[in-house]
Amino acid sequence: MKCDRCDNPATVHLIEIINGQKIEKHLCEHHAMEEGVTIKVTHSPINELLEKFVLKHTSSVAAPTSVGGAVQQAGPVTTGGETDLVCEHCGLTFSEFRKRALLGCADCYTAFGPLLMPLLERAQEGATHHLGKVPRYAGSDQLRQQRLKQLRRELDKAVAGEQYERAARLRDEVRELESHK
Amino acid sequence: MIQWSEHASPWLRGEGPDSDVVISSRVRLARNVAGFPFLLKAGAAQRRELCQICRAKLLDASMGRTLVWMDLADMPALERQLLVERHLISRQHGQGDKIRGLAVSDDESVAVMVNEEDHIRLQVIYSGMRLADAYRAANAMDDALEKQIDFAFSDKLGYLTACPTNVGTGIRVSVMMHLPALKLTGEIEKVQRAARDMHMAVRGFYGEGTEALGDFYQVSNQTTLGRGEQEILTDFQDQMVPQIVRYEQEARAALAERRPSLLDDRIQRAWAVLTHARLLGSEETLYLLSHLRLGLCMGRIEGPDLQQVNDLFALTGPSHLQRIAGRVLTGSERREFRATFVRQRLSER
Repeated sequence: MKCDRCDNPATVHLIEIINGQKIEKHLCEHHAMEEGVTIKVTHSPINELLEKFVLKHTSSVAAPTSVGGAVQQAGPVTTGGETDLVCEHCGLTFSEFRKRALLGCADCYTAFGPLLMPLLERAQEGATHHLGKVPRYAGSDQLRQQRLKQLRRELDKAVAGEQYERAARLRDEVRELESHK
Repeated sequence: MIQWSEHASPWLRGEGPDSDVVISSRVRLARNVAGFPFLLKAGAAQRRELCQICRAKLLDASMGRTLVWMDLADMPALERQLLVERHLISRQHGQGDKIRGLAVSDDESVAVMVNEEDHIRLQVIYSGMRLADAYRAANAMDDALEKQIDFAFSDKLGYLTACPTNVGTGIRVSVMMHLPALKLTGEIEKVQRAARDMHMAVRGFYGEGTEALGDFYQVSNQTTLGRGEQEILTDFQDQMVPQIVRYEQEARAALAERRPSLLDDRIQRAWAVLTHARLLGSEETLYLLSHLRLGLCMGRIEGPDLQQVNDLFALTGPSHLQRIAGRVLTGSERREFRATFVRQRLSER
């Protein structure tokens, strides 16, 4: 199979689900690196490679939008034989976070992504995505999407709870909002 | 400056809907300024800059209210403790010498802690069951701030906070309730259970990790991610609070019907001790005031007005007493001063 972007053979095959749509990508090593799918590391142990792969991948999903400048990468550091993660933006290590339960900066969420998310999910009773207020500067379309998601959820709840009057009101609101595309 | 030694904060006035049971409604929003590290990693210069930014922007966003700014690092410990007793700052914010501040409105309904666990902790607190109003005010102020400050926010996780337990909406809704009858009937466990079922936490008078002094309990939401602000508020307004209010009212009615002498004994005993004791400890005072308040709310005692008793819950705190005395008091001096002060206040009709 050839690379999606050039005639070289594809060595990286990736399936991404974006907004419920499955997107397959087949890339050569060069373009995979350009896409940020692989990171060129020489003579690194396989688990470190994997960790970087996972990190890179997580950062494209959960990158904080409001931190000006480039998205920082986290690098694994080895302390006393155990691998720890460190946020390259503020220098906090994951084990320090575990001790104090406080993060050092907004980028820590990305840097500690794979280790932090399961903890966060547990603390937030299984929730993984924000619903609710979105800052105005984030753009009106995003606000609308967020509101739609929320309304649909409440609509489901109302139907399940047999609150039909409320459900009808919510459905009207959803329609109203959808018509403003 | 506000006459803090005369009256308790307006949120303790006992006004507003359901105020015989619901003491106050509070909404707190956690926000961080984008581009700055969280406080764990912020140096003195950054803390100072954050204070400067937040102070300026808060005063701009005050929406017609008069906000007073206080630099807590320069403030004597006793004054800071007074702010804790008035629930304007957390215990944590009252301690230490790091650069941090407070912006407070003249009616104390708005209090914004700067450089606490997050850069900004915006609190709106009202007397009685007025959560919707409290959220409206907090949200309007947040909107006004947002026009001038970029907050750390991610599409996936919402508002980013120093502790992941606040991430998402960053909202903490707390309703403080006075539940003496449930305590007397040994049914307080009902509240704990109801709260657990709704994924809410029950805390004491001064918030996290504190005792339910004076039979005051605070119920707050435990999670901040995956549910919108309105959904969280609705849980309180439509389910949790009416349910607990009903439990307490049922317990009051049951006491009056089945154990009237026990009920009146507690009320009269409280009144007798409060009006005659020569030494009063602070916890004991809150315990007695709680029973007196119950008696007044149920119309079982003719005595001082409810406002007076509500005031005493705050004014008998150690820092308030020392402010009133105008000097530092030792523990035993405080007990004597407290008893005299309570006697005086309760004899004013």
